[in-house]
Amino acid sequence: MLEVMPTMSQTLTVNAPLTAADGELLTVKLARERRNKQLKAVALVAPLAIFLLLTFLVPIFMLLGRSVDNPEVVTHLPATSKLIASWDRRALPSEDVFQAMARDLTAAKEDKSVPEVAKRLNMDISGFRSLIQKTARKMPLELAAGESMRDRFIQIDERWGDPDHWHVIAKNAKSWTPYYLYSSLDLRETKAGTPELAPEEERAFISIFGRTLWISFWVTVFCLLLGYPLAYWLANLPARKSNLLMILVLLPFWTSVLVRVASWIVLLQREGLINSALMNLGIIGEPLQLAFNRVGVYIAMVHILLPFVILPAYSVMKSIPPTYMRAAISLGDHPFAAFWKIYFPQTVAGVAAGALLVFIMCIGYYITPALLGSPEEQMVSYYVAFYTNVTINWGMAAALGSLLLIATMTLYAVYSKLVGANKLSLG
Amino acid sequence: MNKNTPRLLALSVAVALAAPAMAKDITVISFGGANKDAQAVAYYQTFEKASGNKITAGDYNGEMAKIKAMVDAKKVSWDVVEVESPELLRGCEEGLFEKINWSKVGNKADFVTPAVSECGVGIFVWSTAMAYNADKIKVAPQGWADFWDVKKFPGKRGLRKGAKYTLEFALQADGVKPADVYKLLATKAGVDRAFKKLDQLKPNIQWWEAGAQPPQFLASGDVVMSSAYNGRIDTAQKEGKNLKVVWTGSVYDVDSWAIPKGSPKLKEAMDFIKHASQPENQAVYSNKIAYGPTNLKAIQKVDPKSATNLPTWPANLKNALALDVNFWVEHGEELEERFNAWAAR
Amino acid sequence: MLPTYASPIERVWFWSFRIFCVMILIFLVSPLLVIVPLSFSADTFLLYPIKSFSLRWYEEFFGNGVWLTSLKNSFIVAPAATLLATTLGTLAAVGLTSSDFPGKSVLMSVLISPMVVPVVIVGVGAYLFFAPLGLSNSYFALILVHTALGVPFVVITVSATLRGFNANLIRASASLGANPVTTYRRIVLPLIAPGVISGALFAFATSFDEVVVTLFLAGPEQTTLPRQMFGGIKENISPAIAAAATVLILFSIALLLTLEWLRGRAEKTRTSAA
Repeated sequence: MLEVMPTMSQTLTVNAPLTAADGELLTVKLARERRNKQLKAVALVAPLAIFLLLTFLVPIFMLLGRSVDNPEVVTHLPATSKLIASWDRRALPSEDVFQAMARDLTAAKEDKSVPEVAKRLNMDISGFRSLIQKTARKMPLELAAGESMRDRFIQIDERWGDPDHWHVIAKNAKSWTPYYLYSSLDLRETKAGTPELAPEEERAFISIFGRTLWISFWVTVFCLLLGYPLAYWLANLPARKSNLLMILVLLPFWTSVLVRVASWIVLLQREGLINSALMNLGIIGEPLQLAFNRVGVYIAMVHILLPFVILPAYSVMKSIPPTYMRAAISLGDHPFAAFWKIYFPQTVAGVAAGALLVFIMCIGYYITPALLGSPEEQMVSYYVAFYTNVTINWGMAAALGSLLLIATMTLYAVYSKLVGANKLSLG
Repeated sequence: MNKNTPRLLALSVAVALAAPAMAKDITVISFGGANKDAQAVAYYQTFEKASGNKITAGDYNGEMAKIKAMVDAKKVSWDVVEVESPELLRGCEEGLFEKINWSKVGNKADFVTPAVSECGVGIFVWSTAMAYNADKIKVAPQGWADFWDVKKFPGKRGLRKGAKYTLEFALQADGVKPADVYKLLATKAGVDRAFKKLDQLKPNIQWWEAGAQPPQFLASGDVVMSSAYNGRIDTAQKEGKNLKVVWTGSVYDVDSWAIPKGSPKLKEAMDFIKHASQPENQAVYSNKIAYGPTNLKAIQKVDPKSATNLPTWPANLKNALALDVNFWVEHGEELEERFNAWAAR
Repeated sequence: MLPTYASPIERVWFWSFRIFCVMILIFLVSPLLVIVPLSFSADTFLLYPIKSFSLRWYEEFFGNGVWLTSLKNSFIVAPAATLLATTLGTLAAVGLTSSDFPGKSVLMSVLISPMVVPVVIVGVGAYLFFAPLGLSNSYFALILVHTALGVPFVVITVSATLRGFNANLIRASASLGANPVTTYRRIVLPLIAPGVISGALFAFATSFDEVVVTLFLAGPEQTTLPRQMFGGIKENISPAIAAAATVLILFSIALLLTLEWLRGRAEKTRTSAA
């Protein structure tokens, strides 16, 4: 607390520097006060900041790191990795490399790390797994006099005589790789190290990213089309009535997403309420496919995200005095024109912010498409989970996750600029 | 009061605190649904009664990620897990599972061959077969070629969302003999052929992921035919649904018990596996759900009415295909990824 | 209201607009209404029409170990996460609003970011981070991550309340001889309490409804209610899910009413204090 407020007479008359009661320079004291206050503020924020750093930021940064991490070959085939760097990448590697490989595989067999290497190499050439396993099982090799390790390897399996296999080892003999990120963009690395488009039957992710944005775009549009009019109506109703109806918006908002998904299945499934109602009314003869396809995903996602448009739009609209519209109309504007020229522009910023938030949440969606969609509705998140749990290909999961995160964060930065994260409010 | 009292007290407190760990409860994870219900009756409850150890039963969908994470972190909380053969083999190679001490389980010769392996003990023989709703289809389909014939049998088809089994079925639908399926699938041309065949059916496919789904889809009329685990169809039949199994072209394999490496209750886990391998208990299981016992001695104990519905019944085995575990270990990842790319299009 | 002199076109517009809005409201509420009756169905499928009624699915819900355990787990994880999130978030919000310091707006954005980062990324990241530490399949990691997800809501609501807070009240209190602790207890706390509580409710709801992170971090022992429902919807749709849903809907009504009551109270205190 300031001890002395400068009085009016002091500020008016004194040219000498202001001092506090204890004789200290006021500016100095003020600066110190401010610094203290800042320190106190930082000290209050620090626990949360540190907590989030440890439980949230560090895990995510480590995940990002995994998208280029490539430790298997370097760690478990160290000697080979070193030697193969100087290989000319045309003919077969030299005898030294084969010797190193034999030593590395022997050591890997000892510490049981063969499967890790085998799995990594199998990603580039399928069948590499068994080649490595089979060869490792024969370790250590005793060479007859005059026999070369190279011949011995080729004798075990002729694929060792194929430079392509060695090329894969050479490519993975460094501790980072663009492999996962390339794969996430339907690219692959050529022998020269440049990216090229993967063969058509293997391409998937560009279209999955495209689909993610496309679904998110339409969900946002539908949310706007339904949310804006409803918010307008609610904002212009008498307070008692609008508060009551607002509960109908807030109740689904507070209800578990899983409850709502289950309900939509009840409504939309083949023998669900909507189909049986339509059939009883004679509108359709055959049940419509409403669930487990795009329609179902749209309906459920719009339902879940609609409040996120309604609530900010409502609070913006509440703050617009109705007199503006009345003034415009009384000055001769048609009500629609008045709405378009006077009312609408005042709501754009708030509503756009809500829409952007919906879009941001949409692109990371997982549960709804997973439960209500077919494979053609699965978005990027689904594949992140798929690679994590099912194929245990954490590099791929990390690469897809990184791209998704970059997209989200870019939009979030725009959002923060537009709204200011500190002005975010929750209805 | 003697002076030892405080120490005794401390000791008893320590014992009391340690008690939960000493009760030797084990966690058994299996594939859920009807399978788990049958296991509960045949194995869990009887084991609890026989040994006094409680079982925490959980279920999962066969994801190895959780097991790998536990083993890597050396903090294993699952003691016995049901796994499919390719995962068992791969996990065994990668050191995810404990080696089985067969002398503690029983005589290897008492078991069907695929049930005996380094890291696992076979639980039951299952089959993924074609099933159809006999209320909706009057003429019985004969094999996978009929499954693909949407003119003769209009309506949606259910298939498991994954490359495994699906590619085998597609090739058989294309006229490949069961014996040649894996030879062909090992070549790029064979895989292309399978996907091309799948392309034909794609607009009519409704995918399933969990074993409980196909009987539901069939019962609700969402699909007219589906690939399905035969045991789930059998359970639905017992509930009065008119579902039928077509054994021609079915793919069979065993599921096994395995112990994640580093389980702190190795002994109890082995006891449980031994208990679950007893012919009496396996027969109870097979009466409850139509999966074949792995213990040869259990086969005579199965109720004759149930026996004809088991995948191990000779007539059912005749035109069936054994899952090639090594093939799926080798090509699984690549094919699953290609399948995913294909399904997502 | 429609003026009496409105033209026919205006009338049509007015009424069709109203009908449109009412339909949207029906769209919003109908799923909640549809699922409740099914929980009383005696059938084994989630299908209408309901032929006979029974309480068997509630017996299943409250009698079956799986559902009850998951409910219990939810009531372990959510309150713990709420407590942590509310404490950390309130402190941070007080710090953020009390003074300006360099990098404040960036920091604010970071503190809010758990709200926008796709949950799958949070889940996978946490899983790959905590699993090597032996903390996957533990309540501990689950609570920590749920806390992180709930924190933004606390920061936002408490900051919003604090911004509306009139600092002169503190000065007035001090000038009337109250020491800082008394001031905090008697003046500040009652005024920001509604913000804190509604932030806590948001944090609670976030954790209580969270399924994706739980999917990655929880083992069968930590299965929460949403996780159990997720598995149920995916694998075995039975009316037990409808029973669980009904319980959750009742719960969300309670949450909503508390929140509305708080909002009313906050407005009253603020206007009377101003």
